[in-house]
Amino acid sequence: MSIEEIEQEIIEEFEFFGEDWEAKYEHLIDLGKALPLIKEEQKTEEAIIKGCQSRVWLNSELIDGKMMFTADSDAIITKGMVALMIRVLSNQKPEDIVKAELKFLDKIGLKEHLSPTRANGLVSMINRMKKEALSQVKI
Amino acid sequence: MSKVINTENIRKQFPILNQKINNYPLIYFDNGATTQKPLSVINSISDFYKNTNANIHRGVHTLSRKATEEFELARKTITNHFNIKNDQQLIFTAGTTDSINMVAQSLASNYLQAGDEIILSAYEHHSNILPWQLWAEQNNGKLKVIPLAENETLDYAAFEKLISEKTKLIAVAHVSNTLGVITDIEKIKAVAQKHKIPVLVDGAQSAPHMQIDLQKLNVDFFVCSAHKIYAPTGIGLLYLSEKWLNELSVSKVGGGTIKTVTFEKTEYAEGALRFEAGTPDIAGAIGFAEAIRFIDEIGMQNIFEHEHELVQYTQQQLSQIPEVIMYGKSEHKAGVISFNVKNAHPFDVGTLLDKYGIAVRTGHHCTQPLMQCLNIQGTIRISFAVYNTKSEIDFFIEKLKKSIKMLL
Repeated sequence: MSIEEIEQEIIEEFEFFGEDWEAKYEHLIDLGKALPLIKEEQKTEEAIIKGCQSRVWLNSELIDGKMMFTADSDAIITKGMVALMIRVLSNQKPEDIVKAELKFLDKIGLKEHLSPTRANGLVSMINRMKKEALSQVKI
Repeated sequence: MSKVINTENIRKQFPILNQKINNYPLIYFDNGATTQKPLSVINSISDFYKNTNANIHRGVHTLSRKATEEFELARKTITNHFNIKNDQQLIFTAGTTDSINMVAQSLASNYLQAGDEIILSAYEHHSNILPWQLWAEQNNGKLKVIPLAENETLDYAAFEKLISEKTKLIAVAHVSNTLGVITDIEKIKAVAQKHKIPVLVDGAQSAPHMQIDLQKLNVDFFVCSAHKIYAPTGIGLLYLSEKWLNELSVSKVGGGTIKTVTFEKTEYAEGALRFEAGTPDIAGAIGFAEAIRFIDEIGMQNIFEHEHELVQYTQQQLSQIPEVIMYGKSEHKAGVISFNVKNAHPFDVGTLLDKYGIAVRTGHHCTQPLMQCLNIQGTIRISFAVYNTKSEIDFFIEKLKKSIKMLL
């Protein structure tokens, strides 16, 4: 599936919760718990993306022309957000990742997590994912 | 609840509290970061700009005289609240951080020598560490730290052993901003006086919760921020003992601090003005004094008892939740509780509580060394003010339990 198709799938998945934010967050937390974890030995200082409060570790590899991301966070809600980002951007071509607008976050009502004051390192994580993809784009 | 404090009437004076966050009534438990402001304070600032604004200490015109009178009346009002002997011992600064930096720079210029030592405590906020660390790095100085004892109180027995011939200052938090535990300044002072070492007390977290009598406290330096005491941001105070009022060198110079200036030499003013370079935050000082009138009308002791009751009640409620770990469970506390939820990150708990309209603080609270002592990343901190109620705590406890269920 393309990035947009996965985004659409997530939007539909979250529409189910309507205005029930508790159910939405429970789902997000479940996504976090199910996140395919980064290998312990890959949780290096270099892999760490520092937010003010929660930390995110990110690893990327290029396999058969596609970026494969694994990650972890010490906060479960952040981890849920990380899981969503990985679902959208992992297993995609680097050039598509660089171009991705990621509008779904607004549509599922979780855009507040992208505010710089959230201090969860998510904005930095998206930047890092794009940067690592960019370094793989063939010129 | 306290019989003397009528929170219903008090809350009417804080328009900001009357709002919804995410469709829930706002519960503001982040008073340790900053308190909300009563209408009287808000109005005093706009009244000043509407009716009295002029620069002070200079003009002969009517407005300048009136503005000067209001500014100096503010100094007197605050002086009385803290029972300072002479109002010239009260210097207006930009806040606690500014005050500590001023003292550090002044002491560095003609008091501290290379190789000297300063004693801090494990409680310190970064703003009572960094100015001294900067001095130490530049002067081969050394910072020694009073460690934690059981129950996260300070280890006063270990404290005296830190003293050496090179100890030149003891700078301690009056109340831990993270734990709310009150430092026993009398114990600190007893040792300090024996060795003739000056004491600086960081009152950022004590001044909002306790009656502070600076003649009785009798330390060399006391600092605090106004915005944590229902007053505007950007203003605070530096209290100097009579000795230091005469001996402390100036760290900031400029307009207002002088008697006469030639290009060759300057003769400085006496008293507080010597330290207040540039146009001060006049409206801020007036707002600060108004906030002091607000708390004095209620009575500081009443506020202390009200908040103490809230702390006791919350601790009792929290101790019944098996997943909760509390820090600093001392009897001697002022307005602050820190805790964690087992196997949950403070950030997650804070995020969910915010969804329920409850404002708490999460993280290291600018006390990373204390976090290292406790071997944790951060905590969830709730801190009270005069307008908080038991029913808010009940709602918070209910939603905390719900959040824990969601997270674990």
